Amino acid sequence: MAISRDEIFQRVQEVLVDALGVDDDQITIEATLMGDLGAESIDFLDIVFRLEKAFGIKIPREELFPAENLMTNPQFVNNGKLTEAGLKELRTKMPHTDITKFEKNPDINKLGDLFTVGAIVNYLQTKVGSS
Amino acid sequence: MRWFWIDKFVEFHSGESAVAVKNVTLAEEHLHDHFPGFPVMPECLLIEGMAQTAGILVGEAKKFQEKVILAKIKKCVFFDYVKPGDTIRLHAKIESIAPEAASTSGKITRDDKLIAEIDLMFSHIDQNLAGKEFPEENFVFTETFKLLMRGVVVSEQN
Repeated sequence: MAISRDEIFQRVQEVLVDALGVDDDQITIEATLMGDLGAESIDFLDIVFRLEKAFGIKIPREELFPAENLMTNPQFVNNGKLTEAGLKELRTKMPHTDITKFEKNPDINKLGDLFTVGAIVNYLQTKVGSS
Repeated sequence: MRWFWIDKFVEFHSGESAVAVKNVTLAEEHLHDHFPGFPVMPECLLIEGMAQTAGILVGEAKKFQEKVILAKIKKCVFFDYVKPGDTIRLHAKIESIAPEAASTSGKITRDDKLIAEIDLMFSHIDQNLAGKEFPEENFVFTETFKLLMRGVVVSEQN
């Protein structure tokens, strides 16, 4: 059954309130998971697990958070920063995200700033949304 | 010496759920300070007991090949005190498990009374934190941990 964008946002909001211990009014479409909502790397997995339950779907982690996957590959990460190869991979995996600001200081702790609540909603819309 | 906050497993369903018991006794010295005249098991140690119950459940699901560490306390609510003389049961269940991590739910009971609800996240650290090196041997699941599994029949998943 297709779910409306509003309904998706509402469920995402509930998931993030529980996963990150934030207030629901902090969760806006523009909010970044790490910067605004204080998510750490383990929270990304928590969020994926909770979204799977909330929407009854299977979410391959690299689909929703492709950049997160980079962090586990030593070829792409060195000394807490993305390597050239890592940045190249990021551009391929996230073609619709502007990473010019991130490129100047590719600190993996800042990767989360590329992820917004809106990105999660967009992703889920492709999975369960009404067109 | 490892510090154990469970005594043994009494049920173990591989990859699904497990139950451990702990007998609380006044011989545990910290109870005399927590609190003088009112000994109760510290709630942080109840969390540690649940982390050991659920952590071993998660570890066994991957045949103890992963280094499983507690990464996040998702939820933690206490409903009653645990006192010397109590036998508590720690029930843990795997909610989700992936190559990098696992999520568990748990409750602690004394007889039929609910004492606590504790939901946790565990990280398989070799699969995370790229660029950091950890010792090759599995320092999480040492031989002493196997003591806790003595006598319990591990039923396999269907």
